[in-house]
Amino acid sequence: MSFESFAEFIDMGGHGLYVWLSYAIALGVVVINIVNPLMQKRQIFTEQVRRLRREKQNP
Amino acid sequence: MSNIVTKQAEQKLQSGAVKVDGPFWGALKRDLLLSYRRKSDLVNPLIFFLMVATLFPLGVSPEPQFLADVAPGVVWVAALLATLLSMDSLFRSDFEDGTLEQLLLSPQPLFMVVLAKVLAHWMLTGLPLTLLAPLLGVMLFLPGEGMFGLVLSLLLGTPTLSLVGAIGAALTVGLRKGGVLISLLVLPLYIPVLIFGTASIQAAITGLPLGGYLALLGAMLALGLVMAPLAISAALRISVSG
Amino acid sequence: MADKKWMPRWFYQLASPRWCYDITGKLLPIFAVAAVLLLVTGTVWALMFAPADYQQGDSFRIIYIHVPSAILAQSCYMMMAVAGAIGLIWKMKVADMVAKSCAPIGATIAILALATGAIWGKPTWGSWWVWDARLTSMLILLFLYFGVMALNSAIESEQTAAQATAVLALVGLVNIPIIKYSVDWWNTLHQPATFTLTEKPAMPPEMWIPLLVMVIGFYCFFAVAMMLRLRNEIVRRERRSSWVRELISG
Repeated sequence: MSFESFAEFIDMGGHGLYVWLSYAIALGVVVINIVNPLMQKRQIFTEQVRRLRREKQNP
Repeated sequence: MSNIVTKQAEQKLQSGAVKVDGPFWGALKRDLLLSYRRKSDLVNPLIFFLMVATLFPLGVSPEPQFLADVAPGVVWVAALLATLLSMDSLFRSDFEDGTLEQLLLSPQPLFMVVLAKVLAHWMLTGLPLTLLAPLLGVMLFLPGEGMFGLVLSLLLGTPTLSLVGAIGAALTVGLRKGGVLISLLVLPLYIPVLIFGTASIQAAITGLPLGGYLALLGAMLALGLVMAPLAISAALRISVSG
Repeated sequence: MADKKWMPRWFYQLASPRWCYDITGKLLPIFAVAAVLLLVTGTVWALMFAPADYQQGDSFRIIYIHVPSAILAQSCYMMMAVAGAIGLIWKMKVADMVAKSCAPIGATIAILALATGAIWGKPTWGSWWVWDARLTSMLILLFLYFGVMALNSAIESEQTAAQATAVLALVGLVNIPIIKYSVDWWNTLHQPATFTLTEKPAMPPEMWIPLLVMVIGFYCFFAVAMMLRLRNEIVRRERRSSWVRELISG
């Protein structure tokens, strides 16, 4: 372990803001790149289900 | 049988009846003539060039020392922007009246025609810019030693700017509003030319040898001469068919 | 009479969107699990167990994000250009779809690399931005990404857009080494020799092993994100085909 206590861990030798900010942005980028396509997928599927239903009603 | 055919072809070439570079000179003459009829198009990029250079003393500082320091960069950036502005019109009028489509369908090598058009464009924008640049140098207190580097670097750099800019123009010719998009596509590619263009002027000012920088600019031009027409032709075909 | 096929069979199979959809469906869970494992392990290792740097202290831990994202941003661009070239030469729709899927991911990763680079600069150099060679090159790479995305959205016809962006991506690809060389050279001129942000002589294993873990983890994450987008793109474009209809109604 590189740190003696949890408080030290958060502080990161005085550079806490920078380190945690970087890791937070990284987490944000990862999450956005996963959530965005998943949301799009749901949107596409709902659209297509609706379209299929419409086509079945009006052959 | 094939021997006779090739012999005849060779004879024709040697007698000058068939010109391999015909499409090149033909396209060049045509573009120059068309631009000659619309002289205002020639002048606009030059006025823009002059105006952009004027913005810096006005917007930042007219201090001679400051201007002398930034002069190489300012003149180069202004030349870059002026070239970009004029790129949109390179293929647009031909696209709109259908000439471009005819060019693509014709059996003439597109590489040559494209090269000629870009050369015409450079003769009408880059070259005048290069000739006007010393005036801007004087206005921005560029040291006298830098003038030589200024003109030479622009002379070698502006053709590359025209070549690379033409790629952007070809990619966007089918779009109604290609203007700013061209700049977006092409500016990152201009950066190496900018870096070495200004470096050569700096070297000239401090008395260091220019040769290396000019050689690099020359190498970029050589690469551009060979590769850009290929990309431009491909982009034109894509744009016209789309 | 079949033409002599000189590419392996899987290359031609790739041309089928349906086959691609099926195989990405199988690969997704594998890469997702790998990504989670590697990224979590790497992050914990980087934050808690790796040693702080002698000169830079704990802010050095940012390297475990900055370097993988920088590497990934460049690889992603290369993949985008190669996929575009394949789509252009062999007229493969799937290749076009892969290229289109890569672009937004690559751009966000480039932004991550730039942000972490800038944040790292503050405790190290005292300012939020430095015109350091690598950061400047990364910024220009981001501009190239933006150009590709802008061109793609400006052209209405999907096929023309795919072809045009492929040409642009390839022109950018050829230019990347030239740009890097120019910016590197420019940087040596304007910043006297001090060590650059990420250039360190030899890294002890306590440092480069977690770095490697993070790099591979990031690649796995990229695979997941890309496949998710690709599958959406396939469904969207092939929505009229029977297999998609079955998929949706099923």
